[in-house]
Amino acid sequence: MNDLVEVRPGVYRDSVTLMRVSRTLTERPGVSVAVVAMATELNLGLARDLGFAVPPATPGDLLVAVRAGSPAELEDAAAELERQLAAREQTGGAPGGEAPPRTTRSAARAFEASLALVSVPGEHAFAEALDAVEAGLSVMIFSDNMPVEQEILLKDRARARGVLVMGPDCGTAVVSGAGLGFANVLRPGHVGVVAASGTGAQQVTSLLDLAGVGVSHVLGVGGRDLSAEVGGRSAVQALRALDDDPATELIVLVSKPPAPEVARAVRDLDLATPVVGALLGPGQDDLTTAAEKVLRALGRDVPEWPSWPAPTHRTEASGPRRALRGLYAGGTLCTEAALVAGTGEFTDFGDDAYTRGRAHPMIDPALRLEALRGVASGVVLMDVVLGHGADPDPSTWLAPAVRDAVDRGVDVVVAVVGTDGDPQGLRAQAARLNAAGAAVFTSNAAAARHARLLAGG
Amino acid sequence: MTLSMLYGEPRVITVGAQVLGEALDRQAVPRREVGWRPPLPGTAPALARVLADPRRESANATAVGRMLAARPMLTGVRPAREALGLAAGEFFHAGPPISWERASGPMRGALVGAMLFEGLAATPEEAEDRLASGAGITLDSCHHHRTVGPMAGLVSPSMWMLEVTDAEHGGTAYCSLNEGLGKVLRYGAYGPEVIERLRWMGEVLGPVLAAAVERCGPLDLRTLIAQALQMGDELHNRNRAATSLLVREIAPAIVEAAPDHAAEVLRFINGNDHFFLNAGMAAAKVSADAARGVPGSSLVVAMARNGTDFGIQVSGLGDRWFTGPAGVPDGLYLGGYGPDDANPDIGDSTITETTGLGGFAMAAAPAIVRFVGGEVSDAVAATTSMYEITLAEHPAYQIPGLGFRGTPVGIDVALVARTGLLPVVNTGIAGRVAGTGQVGAGLVSPPAEAFTAALDALCDV
Repeated sequence: MNDLVEVRPGVYRDSVTLMRVSRTLTERPGVSVAVVAMATELNLGLARDLGFAVPPATPGDLLVAVRAGSPAELEDAAAELERQLAAREQTGGAPGGEAPPRTTRSAARAFEASLALVSVPGEHAFAEALDAVEAGLSVMIFSDNMPVEQEILLKDRARARGVLVMGPDCGTAVVSGAGLGFANVLRPGHVGVVAASGTGAQQVTSLLDLAGVGVSHVLGVGGRDLSAEVGGRSAVQALRALDDDPATELIVLVSKPPAPEVARAVRDLDLATPVVGALLGPGQDDLTTAAEKVLRALGRDVPEWPSWPAPTHRTEASGPRRALRGLYAGGTLCTEAALVAGTGEFTDFGDDAYTRGRAHPMIDPALRLEALRGVASGVVLMDVVLGHGADPDPSTWLAPAVRDAVDRGVDVVVAVVGTDGDPQGLRAQAARLNAAGAAVFTSNAAAARHARLLAGG
Repeated sequence: MTLSMLYGEPRVITVGAQVLGEALDRQAVPRREVGWRPPLPGTAPALARVLADPRRESANATAVGRMLAARPMLTGVRPAREALGLAAGEFFHAGPPISWERASGPMRGALVGAMLFEGLAATPEEAEDRLASGAGITLDSCHHHRTVGPMAGLVSPSMWMLEVTDAEHGGTAYCSLNEGLGKVLRYGAYGPEVIERLRWMGEVLGPVLAAAVERCGPLDLRTLIAQALQMGDELHNRNRAATSLLVREIAPAIVEAAPDHAAEVLRFINGNDHFFLNAGMAAAKVSADAARGVPGSSLVVAMARNGTDFGIQVSGLGDRWFTGPAGVPDGLYLGGYGPDDANPDIGDSTITETTGLGGFAMAAAPAIVRFVGGEVSDAVAATTSMYEITLAEHPAYQIPGLGFRGTPVGIDVALVARTGLLPVVNTGIAGRVAGTGQVGAGLVSPPAEAFTAALDALCDV
């Protein structure tokens, strides 16, 4: 065995970046394993389990463990590692090769910003977000796992300063045209969105975009904001802010059903701008229906949502019931699909249980691919979310896996959430998945209905 | 409500996953990326609690505001016996409190010298015996008595002290007179020439300076320090400009007050480029003391070493010391000395760094970067990095080479824990063995545990 094991004290890169470095190394000829990660207990254990002789290290150190078939291949991989780490040196856009600021507080002193985007690990997000608020900046907190009392404290301080806290666990936002986090490329327009659900907002706004309707701003507030505990602190602020914005003519509120007292408080807000609710839950409209309501409220026609049908393995309409397996990256999309299908086993791979120590499934497809490969028969329903921040070309890995599944006799249904403006190209991605044998829908609800039909019963 | 980010061009600070920043780059959204790293190990829970303290932000603004507003004036020169009420057998020393048993070589040497100087022992051996027995001897930290001292920082009743008053807040601070370089008491030397010099300082230098300051004082040290920074001093390891400016101010008064001694006094001051250090330290002390006692403030108001421990005090935590082992400085050595001869870090002179001078103002002093083993770019990097752990920039103390940016002032223990950046300290290096004196100069890093211990304590108040 040719192992390279190294601990580099004080070298830090974020987990997504290191995952990309590890993946690049693993793809090198002769490399069987590559772990390039911060030396947390979890990662040290992982390396030990792989048989590496790991020296003592702290979570502030970088762990490198690479195994190759020959010394030459190992040397080759080591050289690639240096190139990768150097290419991913933080530059920070600081002028003249200046050292980057080390805190949000110091960045805000050197750079006139309109907002901050925080995506450090959840236990450290509070400090950075508080820096932003204290500097008078609105902040989007992409990080999850922030204690609720910290969320409440941040939101109260933000309100006192007239700025907005978007998050924690806020996956998407569009502010004055800038897409933050996982964000679809949406045409500019006059619909403002307040969203306690990232992928829910992406579905609604993508459908509106397909219907020719654009957005003014999409303000995420975090999945917990409309809970009884947080009390809609950010949602109320965001609704008032959009009400005040001359560019916003109609507001959509996307959320799971809020706590009743919060729902009342939101309803009782005295807003001049009409609000359409897209509150996903049992007995409520699905997201596509909510998008259609928005179109009607604007006096627009509801188009037929693009879809790409595929042949099915199901031979007769009244055949035996088949298993339905839902493999989702988007939490709200998963909930919606399970509600609409009314049957089947659904997994949200974006849930904390699956993201500990690895990147979100919209970036790292490994777990979902593994699950797809494990399905021997029946129907598989999946989502593919496009846009900035998401996988740059999901069909390259998904299409072959879909083809294999279809060849095994599995029916694959895919909901592609995206727009024509997205860098991945909505229609190109859909066409490639369709060519591999999947039935593809731009409406997640329509995809779920189709999957239910294929499952039968 | 009007939310400003909804209007105008979006400009984003990104901190965390690079992939999200790169997505903004592809949209051509202007942004600045934070070079974020995890905080010092184990500090995340304490940081969350300290940062959430509703008093913190305004408490720190108040505390550092007082540090910046202080107007130190040299108002007098007086014997310690009179100014500090020191009685025979009482000694103040640098750093956190320490016993004879735990004292390092240079601290012991300085104590022996002070015993000889005060006539409490006839020989070094007798002095050591008496200090070891402790009979009739009281040791205490200078910082507990509005006082600071360089290196061993020994203050005994017969020594003359510079008295600095804060014209803004009314506080007073003291520091002894600088003895010069080489074999001197503050570096732990106690040979006959050391004691002889101390006698002369007590009999001639002190009284002459007292008379001169009475004639020409009070002397505005804030203005003098601001000028010296622009002339290439950082006020810890380089005091050449400040000493020269002080001499210009005071020389006529010395001549008038004591024509018989003027020549020897002026020759002594001119022979010691560090003469101003002690006045600068008292000025720093009186400024830092103005920031003490603000509940909820995480501002460091003292950093000091006794040759064994490095200790800090924090505005919101009263007079408690938070300590860790003093490190051995990394630097250049005199003559045949080397790292093996070096004592761990010692002295109250880190009061200069506490108020944004010394290592924090390295960029102002390119002339000495080689002396502390570096290049000009290292000096700029040192100062620049200190803005990351400080609360403010000094309105009067400016650095020409950084576009007249104010020096970084006011260390925040929370920012130290968050960034893992420790204060940059310039220092002299004392010999390990009592009686040796100075062996070099360089840079030293404080122990991180002093800062994390203070952070933990802030959770409990």
